[in-house]
Amino acid sequence: MKKNKCSGKLLMLLTFVFLYLPIAVLIVFSFNDSKSRTVWSGFTLNWYKELFSDRMIIQSLEITLLVSVLASLIAVVVGTFAAIGFFNMKKKWRSPLLTINNIPAVNADIITGVSLSLLFVSAGAVMGFDLGFGTLLIAHISFNIPYVILSVMPKLYQLDPNLSEAAQDLGCTWFQTIYKVILPEIMPGIVNGLLIAFTMSVDDFVISYFTAGSSVQTLSMAIYAMTRRRISPKINAISTLLFAVVLVLLIVVNVRQAQQSKAEEKKQKALRGQRAVSI
Amino acid sequence: MSKAKLHAPLIKLRQRFRSFLDRNRKKAFAYPYIIWMALFVIIPILLVMVYAFTKAGIGFTLENFSGINVYAPVFGRSLWLAFLATIICLLIGYPTALAISRTSARTQRIVLMMLMLPMWINFLLRTYAWMSLLENTGLINRFFGAIGVFELVNSIGESLSASWTPIDHFQMINTGGAVVLGMVYNYLPFMILPIHSVIIKIDPFVIEAAQDLGASGKTVFRKVIFPLSLSGVISGVTMVFVPSVSTFVISKLLGGGTDMLLGDLIEMQFLGAAYNPHLGSAISLIMMIIVVVCMSIMNKFGEGEETAVVM
Repeated sequence: MKKNKCSGKLLMLLTFVFLYLPIAVLIVFSFNDSKSRTVWSGFTLNWYKELFSDRMIIQSLEITLLVSVLASLIAVVVGTFAAIGFFNMKKKWRSPLLTINNIPAVNADIITGVSLSLLFVSAGAVMGFDLGFGTLLIAHISFNIPYVILSVMPKLYQLDPNLSEAAQDLGCTWFQTIYKVILPEIMPGIVNGLLIAFTMSVDDFVISYFTAGSSVQTLSMAIYAMTRRRISPKINAISTLLFAVVLVLLIVVNVRQAQQSKAEEKKQKALRGQRAVSI
Repeated sequence: MSKAKLHAPLIKLRQRFRSFLDRNRKKAFAYPYIIWMALFVIIPILLVMVYAFTKAGIGFTLENFSGINVYAPVFGRSLWLAFLATIICLLIGYPTALAISRTSARTQRIVLMMLMLPMWINFLLRTYAWMSLLENTGLINRFFGAIGVFELVNSIGESLSASWTPIDHFQMINTGGAVVLGMVYNYLPFMILPIHSVIIKIDPFVIEAAQDLGASGKTVFRKVIFPLSLSGVISGVTMVFVPSVSTFVISKLLGGGTDMLLGDLIEMQFLGAAYNPHLGSAISLIMMIIVVVCMSIMNKFGEGEETAVVM
C-alpha cells in the first residue's frame, strides 16, 4: 500500500510537470530579450511595455472581457430561472428540454459555431445586419446557459421540498419564497455556474471565430491570427499577466473555501456531539 | 342584475386564473429560455440539415454526400488520432484521478485547482507553447543536443549501416504524434476531473466490505472501484473524444496543416478559400452522427457493465 501511494504521488507529479512545462516556457520567454521563442538572450520587460501600447491586443482584450462579463451575467440570470422552471415541470417535459439544453455542451464547438453562423448569416441577409458584437454575444450566451443550468439543477434537487412550503406557510408570497429561500439555498450553484460560464467565454475561440465576423476580434481570435504569421512575445506577456491574475484569484478563493469548510466541519462536529448527547 | 352577481363569475375566473398562475408561474420561468433554445439551438441545427441536403440554385440534392468519399482518409485520420488521444488520456488520467482521490481533502482541493489553472491560459497559447518545445530547433531538440543524444544515435547508426545520414534533430513537429500530444495536453484535465469526482463519491464502506470478504487490492479495483467509476470514465471519454475529433487549431499549429482533419475540412468550407457551406454542413452532419453513434455505443457498454455489477 505504501509503495502504491508513492507511485501515485510520482504519477501526479509527472502529470503536473506535463501540464505546466509549456506554460513555464511561455512565461519564461515573455521576459526574453529577443523575438526568439527558443533561444534565451537576456532579461527584459520590453514586451510588457509594448503590450500596453498595442491597440489591437488591448482592444481585443476589452472585447473579450466585455463579451465574457455580459454573456456570463445574462446566462446566469436566464439559466437560473430556466433551471427553476425546468425543476417545476413534469418529467415528461423536463427530460426532453434538458436533452436539448445539453446539445451545445455535448456537441463539438465547431458544429455549434458553424450552425450559429449559418443562422446569423441567413437571418442577417433577410434582416440586414452583419456578423459582429451582437451575434458574438448571442453565441456566447447560448453556449454559457447550459453550463449554468447544469450547475444549478443539482442544487435544486438537493433542496428540501418542504422548505418552500414552510416559507409560504409562514407568509411568504411565491416571489418572496424564491427570492428569500430558494435563491440563497442554490447560490453556490449559481456562483459556480457564473464562474464556469465566464471561464468558457474567456477561453472560447472556435465559436467566436465563426460568429464574430470580421469587424470584432476577441483575444483568442487575435492570437490565432498571430499564430498564422509569427507570434510576438507580447502574447506571452499577456498570458503571463492573465495567469498571474487567475493564480491570485484562485488562491484567494481556495483560502476562503478552506476557512468555510473548517467552520462547516466544526458545526457538524458540534451537531454530532449534540445528537450523541440526545440519544 | 346586482353588481355582486355580475362580478361573481369574474372573481371566480380571476381566482382560477391565479391558481393556474401559481402552478405555472415557476414553470413559466423557463419559457424565455425555451424560446431561446428554439431560436439558437434547434433552428441552427435544422439549418445545417437543410444546407447539407441542398445546393445553391438547385434545391434538394444528395450531391453533397455522394462526393464525400473523397474525404474518407480525412475521416479516418481524425477518428484514429482522436481515438489515440482518448486512450492515452484514459491511461494517464485514470491512475492520476485515483491517486488524487487517495490524498487528503486539503491536498485534493489544491490539486484540483492546479488542474484547472492551465485551462485559464488561452488554449491557443498552450498549444503554441508546444511549438517552441517540439520544433526542429526547439527546446527539446536543443536539450537532446546538449546532452549528446544525437552523437550517440549517430554513432550507433554508423556502426549499423554505412549509408547512415547523421541527424541533428528528431522530427517532432508537423507529425501525427505532435497532434495527438496537443490533444492529450489540452484535454487531459477533462478526463481526470469527471473520473475523480465519481471516485470520491464511492462509499468507502463498500471497498472495506470487499476487503473484509477477502478481495485482494487488484480484485477490489477490478470488481468494485472501476465498475463504480464507469460513469466518470464515460463522461471523460466523451469530453476528450468530441473536441479531439473536431479540432482544427491543434492540427494547424502542431500538425503543420499538411494532414487535414475533419475540423480543418469544415473550417475551410465556411471561412476558408473553398467556401461551400453546403458541403461543410454535410460533413458537419456526418461528424455529428458519428459522435452520437460512438457515444451511444459507449453508454450501452457502460449500462451493461453496471447491470453486470448489480447482478
